[in-house]
Amino acid sequence: MQRNAAYTIRFAALVSVVGSVVVAAAAVTLKERQEANRLLDRQRQVLEVVGLRAPGERLTREEIAQRFTEHIRPVAVELATGDPAPDVDLTTFDQRKATRDPATSNIAPDNAAGVARISQHAVVYHLVRDEEINAVILPIEGKGLWSTMYGYLALDADLRSVRGITFYEHAETPGLGAEIETPSWRALWVGRRAFGPDWEPQLEVVKGAAGPPQEDPYEVDGLAGATITGRGVTNTVHFWLGPHGFGPYLGRYRDEKGIT
Amino acid sequence: MRKARDAFLDPLFENNPIALQVLGICSALAVTTKLSTALVMSLAVIGVLVGSNVTVSLIRNRIPSSVRIIVQLTIIASLVIVTDQILKAYAYGISKQLSIFVGLIITNCIIMGRAEAFAMTHGPAHSFLDGLGNAFGYSLVLLYVAFFRELLGSGSVFGITLLTPTTNGGWYPTNGLMVLAPAAFLLIGCFIWIVRIWKPEQIEEEFRVGALPEPRDESHIR
Repeated sequence: MQRNAAYTIRFAALVSVVGSVVVAAAAVTLKERQEANRLLDRQRQVLEVVGLRAPGERLTREEIAQRFTEHIRPVAVELATGDPAPDVDLTTFDQRKATRDPATSNIAPDNAAGVARISQHAVVYHLVRDEEINAVILPIEGKGLWSTMYGYLALDADLRSVRGITFYEHAETPGLGAEIETPSWRALWVGRRAFGPDWEPQLEVVKGAAGPPQEDPYEVDGLAGATITGRGVTNTVHFWLGPHGFGPYLGRYRDEKGIT
Repeated sequence: MRKARDAFLDPLFENNPIALQVLGICSALAVTTKLSTALVMSLAVIGVLVGSNVTVSLIRNRIPSSVRIIVQLTIIASLVIVTDQILKAYAYGISKQLSIFVGLIITNCIIMGRAEAFAMTHGPAHSFLDGLGNAFGYSLVLLYVAFFRELLGSGSVFGITLLTPTTNGGWYPTNGLMVLAPAAFLLIGCFIWIVRIWKPEQIEEEFRVGALPEPRDESHIR
């Protein structure tokens, strides 16, 4: 149907306005629920990395929130110094957002993990049992073959051994690199030594199979057909345990606990 | 009445958007490694396609033809964003797995194809049925592909393990090809093959290299 230009412009404007109102209304009314989902998802990952949630276990929102508040204590830290960062709001802090924002992040030095920017702050989690820290949970991220892999690494309270690892977001090849999220591969990490004698990160994903933790404390089985993903995981773990990641925080933690 | 029934039933097998028109293949490859993601994707497409068909049909007589495509696109984009927001709020886990593919419904040719080819010239009731039928036709193929990819690739159906894979101590060596995108091509190919055995009239004339049609007389254009 042919119409004059004024009608066309009026019509286009009207469609645009109606469309934006609908979109904005949906975004605003659902925002609260989406935020709650995001928080819940993060809590679920933190529970899983220390074994408070079995892989695939179905938990209601209340159960997750209850287990989390009962056992997990979040602590905000300044990455560069390892000092506590009391001004960080634990309920709203989003490390990914902070990493993107130039005001709250710095350019990362060259590194093998493909980390481009580092947030000034991070939230680590302590698993608390009988008022004692039982495990330390660190958020990690780094490049695999195709994508940035996001996950958590948990260390025992003495920081020597790995308690668990999870990857909750990545886009590695299904069936090959994507096996990093399977419970069977993640279980291979448990009990391995994260650090060498001088607290330098030493644990790595090797090609082929590694022995049990007692024999090969510094090696984790590689995934067949996913060498680059495995290397990415090694680099990611090394970066976040190293001086530009949580190194200063972990050093401070060792001083406080008298771990040598 | 018969026309209404055809608008709904034709797109299932007679004129399936994926199998016959070969539209919407991109998402059929991407989200079909698991049935759960394929099902949610199907529901999202059903919602968007029905919504866009009805909306476009309701205002079809007022849309200036010079801007009709962009108007359709605006309507579709708004519906897709709303759908994406709803999924993020109520099916967070699955929306994370679907990632950008919900957003990419905007570019799914089936949606705009139906808006332009059907909803612009038919009333809202028929457009509703046409949207529903095409979305079901799309969903049918998606679920068929996802069923075989999940069963053969991971040994499970809707996440329930039926064939215990060797990686979990079972007997079934999972088929690695099935979790990769090319498997969807093979399965869609089989679907088209079976439908055309059943309905031979869908078979196109054989395409022969070198046999170009006679050049048309185009002298009148100048």
